[in-house]
Amino acid sequence: MSRLQSWNRLPQCSPDKIWTLTEHAIPAAEHAPHPLLAYGNGRSYGDVCLTDKGTLLHTCALDRFIAFDRKNGILRCESGVTLQSILQLVVPQGWFLSSTPGTQYATIGGALANDVHGKNHHTQGSFGHHVRAFELIRSTGEVLLCRPDHNADMFRATVGGLGLTGLLSWVEIQLMPINNPSMWVESQRFSNLEHFWQLNAEAERQWPYTVAWIDCLASGNAQGRGILFTGKHAASQSHLPCYKERSKRVPFDPPISLVNGLSLRSFNALYYRQPVKPQGSLCHYAPYFYPLDAIQDWNRIYGHKGFYQYQCVLPPQLAADATAQLLDVIAQSGQGSFLAVLKTFGSQDSVGMLSFARPGTTLALDFPNKGDKTLNLFNRLDAIVSEAGGALYPAKDARMPASLFQSGFPNWERFSNFIDPAFSSHFWRRVTL
Amino acid sequence: MNSLNRVVIFGATSAIAEHTARQLVQNGASIYCIGRNTDKLNRILSDLKVRAGNDQTIAGVSADLTDTNQHLALIEQASTALGGLDAALIAHGTLPKQKACEADVTLALQEIHTNALSVVSLLSLLANQFEAQGKGVIAAISSVAGDRGRQSNYVYGAAKGMVSLFMQGLRNRLASKGVSVVTIKPGFVDSPMTADFDKSGPLWAKPEIIAKGIVNAMQKGKGEVYLPWFWYMIMQVIKHIPEAIFKRLSL
Repeated sequence: MSRLQSWNRLPQCSPDKIWTLTEHAIPAAEHAPHPLLAYGNGRSYGDVCLTDKGTLLHTCALDRFIAFDRKNGILRCESGVTLQSILQLVVPQGWFLSSTPGTQYATIGGALANDVHGKNHHTQGSFGHHVRAFELIRSTGEVLLCRPDHNADMFRATVGGLGLTGLLSWVEIQLMPINNPSMWVESQRFSNLEHFWQLNAEAERQWPYTVAWIDCLASGNAQGRGILFTGKHAASQSHLPCYKERSKRVPFDPPISLVNGLSLRSFNALYYRQPVKPQGSLCHYAPYFYPLDAIQDWNRIYGHKGFYQYQCVLPPQLAADATAQLLDVIAQSGQGSFLAVLKTFGSQDSVGMLSFARPGTTLALDFPNKGDKTLNLFNRLDAIVSEAGGALYPAKDARMPASLFQSGFPNWERFSNFIDPAFSSHFWRRVTL
Repeated sequence: MNSLNRVVIFGATSAIAEHTARQLVQNGASIYCIGRNTDKLNRILSDLKVRAGNDQTIAGVSADLTDTNQHLALIEQASTALGGLDAALIAHGTLPKQKACEADVTLALQEIHTNALSVVSLLSLLANQFEAQGKGVIAAISSVAGDRGRQSNYVYGAAKGMVSLFMQGLRNRLASKGVSVVTIKPGFVDSPMTADFDKSGPLWAKPEIIAKGIVNAMQKGKGEVYLPWFWYMIMQVIKHIPEAIFKRLSL
C-alpha cells in the first residue's frame, strides 16, 4: 500500500487501510475499518491529516469542478480539487481566491478543514469567510448541506474542524475579481522588531497583502531584522510582463539535513541584504504567493528525518514582548529556519469554532528535526506562548502538548459534540488525552 | 496529425478516459461521453463543461456497453450530437478476479464478453463508418496483460489479447483508407480499478500521464503504444522467454 505522509514527514503513522474515494459516499465499514479521516494532498505539517489506525480516505480522485458562475465569481467543486487547479481555471477569467495559504498544492477540502489564512488576513479574514456552502457526509448516513445561515452550527464546526465532522464532498466559494494575473509589490527592509511594528502598522492601512520575513538568528540591536513585503492585485496594464513557470525538483533525500547552522546563517545574512524595491514592481501571482511551490519536493532538503514547523499566534497586547522573547530563545539555540515569517492578523472574528486565526500576531518557523534538542527548544517556546495566552496552529503541529491545545482552543469541548462518531485523527487523539 | 475536434468516448467514467477527456477538452475538443454509472457520468460532464470553452459541445448518455445491440444507436447519437466524429476512444472494461473466473465458467465468459466481444462490436461498427468517411482515429485501451498469458490473470489477458490482435488486423485493413487504429497498452495504472493493489513500486503511473500518451498517440496515428514507454522493454523480455521456461514461472 502506498504511504501517505504529511509535508514535514512527521510523525510517521500508517493507517490500516488507504481508500481512494470515487463516490460522494463513505465506504462501508467492512471495506474501510473505522476510525476514518480524509486525506487530501498532504500539505499540512503534522498529523491533522494522519491516523495510525483505521482508514485514510484519499480524496485525490474527487477532483472535479461542479459549477462556475463566471459573472459572479462563485465556484463549486469537489473537495479534492487543488487550489492550483482552481487558479488555472479562474485567473484567466478575472477571478482569484479571496484567501490563499502559501502553497497552491493544498486541496479546497484541506483549506476549509484547517480554515487557512493568507497574507490578506487583515483585510479579508481567513478561508472560511469566503465559503458559501458545502456538503458534509456523515457516517450516520446523513448528508448535510451547510451554509453560514443553514445548519449554522455544523458549518462553524466544520470550518477549521480538522476533518473530524465528516467527509466533505463539495465546497462552494466566493472568489474575488482581479484585472490580470499580476501583483504590484513593494518591499522594504527593517532593522529590528521595533522598526517592524512601525512599518507594519502603516502598511496594513494601505495594503491588502502584507507579510514579513525575519532573520531569526540575528540578535541584540538587530533582533528581528527583516524585509516587509506588501502587495496588491495589479491595475490594468498596457503591457503585462510575460511569465514562464520554471519549476525545479529536489531529486532525492540528502543523507543529512541541508539546513544547518552554517547554511542558515549565511542564507539569512544574504537574504536580508537582497535588493529591496521600495518603488514597487510587477510580479506574477505564482512567485508572489507560492514561492516555495517552484521547488517541487522542497521538504526533502531536511533529509529523511523531516522537520517541524512552529507557528503560534500571540494576542495583540502581549505580541511585541512575546515575539522578542521567542526570538531570543531561538537565536540562543542556534536552531531555526530560512523562512521565519511574521504577520499580524486582522480583527474579524473567525468563522470556525476551532479556527486558528484571531486578532494578534503570528510567527512561523521551520526547524530541522534534531530529536530531543528540537523538542526541548519547543518546550521553552511553548512556555512563552502559553504565558502570553497564545495558541499553536494545528495544521502545522506534530507535537504540541494537550494542555497547550486546550488552552489555545477553549471551544474544543463544545466542538467535540459535532465530531462524526466514525472520524478521528492522530492529532485529535494526541491533544484530547 | 489527426484532428481530434469531435471525440466519442466509450467507458468515459474510467479514470484513464476521464483524464483523456480533460486533455482533449483543453485542446478545444467537443466530447460525447458514454458510461455506465449515471451519477458519475453526470459529475464528469459537469466538470468538463466548466473546463470547456463556449463553442465546445460536452454531452453524453449512460448506457451498458455489454449490450451490443445498442452500439449502432449510440454511435449515431454521438455523431448527431457532435455533428460528425473525428475520433473514438474505447475505454470500458473490468478487471476480473482470476480465481473467481477459474471456479465459475459463466463469470469467465461474461468477463470475456465485456472486455473483448463488446469492444470487437464497437470496433467493427466504427471501422465501417470511418472507412466510409475516409478519415478518423479509432483508439482502444488494451493492456500489457494481453501480450502473454499468465496464471495470475489469463482471463483478462486473453480478452485484451483478442482486442490487440483484432485491432492489428483492422489497422492493416484501414491503413490505406486514411483511418488510424491505435492500440493503447497501459501497464500498472493507479486508478480505482486497481484500488486493492500495493502501489509503492516504480512501475505505477498516474492516469493523467497515461492520458497524455493516449492523446499524443491518437494525434500522431500511432499503431501500438505502451504507456509509459518502458513497458515496451519489459514486454519484449516477457514475450521472448521460451514457453518451456515460462510455464514454470509464477507470473
